[in-house]
Amino acid sequence: MPPVVELVDVWKEFVTGRRRVEALQAIDVAIARNEFAALLGPSGCGKSTLLNMVAGFDAPTRGRALFNGEPVRAPDPRRGVVFQEPALFPWYTVRDNLAFGPRTQGLTATQYDPKVQLFVDQVGLTGFESHYPAELSGGMKQRVGIARVLVMEPEVLLMDEPFGSLDAQTRSVMQELLLAVWERHHQTVLFVTHDIEEALLLADSVFVMTARPGRIKKRLAVDLPRPRALEVTTSPYFNEMKRDVLALIREESLRAAGER
Amino acid sequence: MATVRARSESVADAAARSAATQTGVGSARVPWFLILPLTLLVVWTVAVDRQWVTQGIVPSPVQVAKSWHRWIFGGPGLGLSPYSGTWLANVMYSARRVLEGFLLAAVVGIPLGLFIGWNRLVARVVDPSIQLLRPVPITAWLPFSIAVFGIYDASALFLIGLGAFYPIVVNTTHGVRDTNLLLLRAARMLGAGPGTILTKVVFRSALPSIFTGLRLGIGVAWTAVIVAEMIAVKSGLGYVLWDAYYVGRMDICVATMFSVGLLGFASDRILQLIARWFLRWRALEAVA
Repeated sequence: MPPVVELVDVWKEFVTGRRRVEALQAIDVAIARNEFAALLGPSGCGKSTLLNMVAGFDAPTRGRALFNGEPVRAPDPRRGVVFQEPALFPWYTVRDNLAFGPRTQGLTATQYDPKVQLFVDQVGLTGFESHYPAELSGGMKQRVGIARVLVMEPEVLLMDEPFGSLDAQTRSVMQELLLAVWERHHQTVLFVTHDIEEALLLADSVFVMTARPGRIKKRLAVDLPRPRALEVTTSPYFNEMKRDVLALIREESLRAAGER
Repeated sequence: MATVRARSESVADAAARSAATQTGVGSARVPWFLILPLTLLVVWTVAVDRQWVTQGIVPSPVQVAKSWHRWIFGGPGLGLSPYSGTWLANVMYSARRVLEGFLLAAVVGIPLGLFIGWNRLVARVVDPSIQLLRPVPITAWLPFSIAVFGIYDASALFLIGLGAFYPIVVNTTHGVRDTNLLLLRAARMLGAGPGTILTKVVFRSALPSIFTGLRLGIGVAWTAVIVAEMIAVKSGLGYVLWDAYYVGRMDICVATMFSVGLLGFASDRILQLIARWFLRWRALEAVA
């Protein structure tokens, strides 16, 4: 069985006017079905660019981005994206935000209503179906952002620092929620973050990236039992891994700072 | 879930609080908006009374009020005055033209603005011509309009529609270009095609700007209807205004000015109410 998501020797260069910025170099990544992969790196290392290429928002300058062995050409509901900003449609209620995808697929209300309600419940927003995004807190908005994608039953969940703009407490709650949701569906996930603990807590494998130009420095397997809870972050194994990753990341941060 | 619920309640509290302070600042039901008009009314009365202004040219407020009343409700005896009881009929003429011209402008302007903002090719082909024609005032179009459409409703409709068209198309275009890229990506990622994105994302996102354009447009429409009726047709408030001027009825002229002002104000308020209903999600944003 081929990997669900595969990046083969991907390079990305941005040209603005006369300036050329090398964002990604020689990226090789393969994510198997039902794997929860995290992309970990310092800010500006091109990890969001990488995710955008898997999503189909952006194309590699060189190399190939593959989905089930086929080149990615355009965004597709089978590859659901959760953005850092929740990116909800502000003129739609929570229910209508969730129904956007199914309606686009031509489903009728009787067909999608039960599923919409199911995911509203799963992300803990029962009772808020008729609220507009402006009435919700940051964490609640992000729950809608996740549920909106889950309703489409995507093969891959692409998450671009989805909890990056939340406060620490809300972030932990959301991480646990994501773990619970993942236990239920076991989607393939590509999760972008710069938070080491977050990557180790959530993922089966962590791709550590270098500072710009971004390359994959190392792929680490996280052998923590599932289902996981926040408590694993205090285990000796977790801390050992964290120390290793920290050393890798620090090397990169120093290198990036030195180059500036 | 308890924390989440508490959070949303606090938003509601904040809304209630800000509403409370808003009424508090204005303090105890003083109709502040009446102060300035009443002062001007007093100055006007005194000015006419003391003959600070040329006698017989500027009518007194009382005179205007009497003529206006007669113009609306008609007078006793034989209606020798041509203005007796004709107000509503003329208002209806003007209002109908404004409504028709405005709707025409909206029906053409909104879709065109959507396409100009959405499609670079359409923008390159159409936008320069619009920007080039826009500085030509509608008054300058009068002779052309009369020559082409004659002294008929079509002429007035053309001028009103053209005048209202510019702000509507320009603001719609602006609103479309302001659409958040992230929302477009979200829609595409959820499987939306260009049609769905245009109607359900871009149009909705541009709606606040579109309403700004509509409000500016209806203002221009009232300007245009008066100009058009003064010259291009033989009915409506603009026609009365010019006619009254010719026969030296400055009281009717002033009453007409007030009428147009009130109608313009009323139509803007109606548009605002419609906008508020369509953009109710935005009112919540202001609170949170």
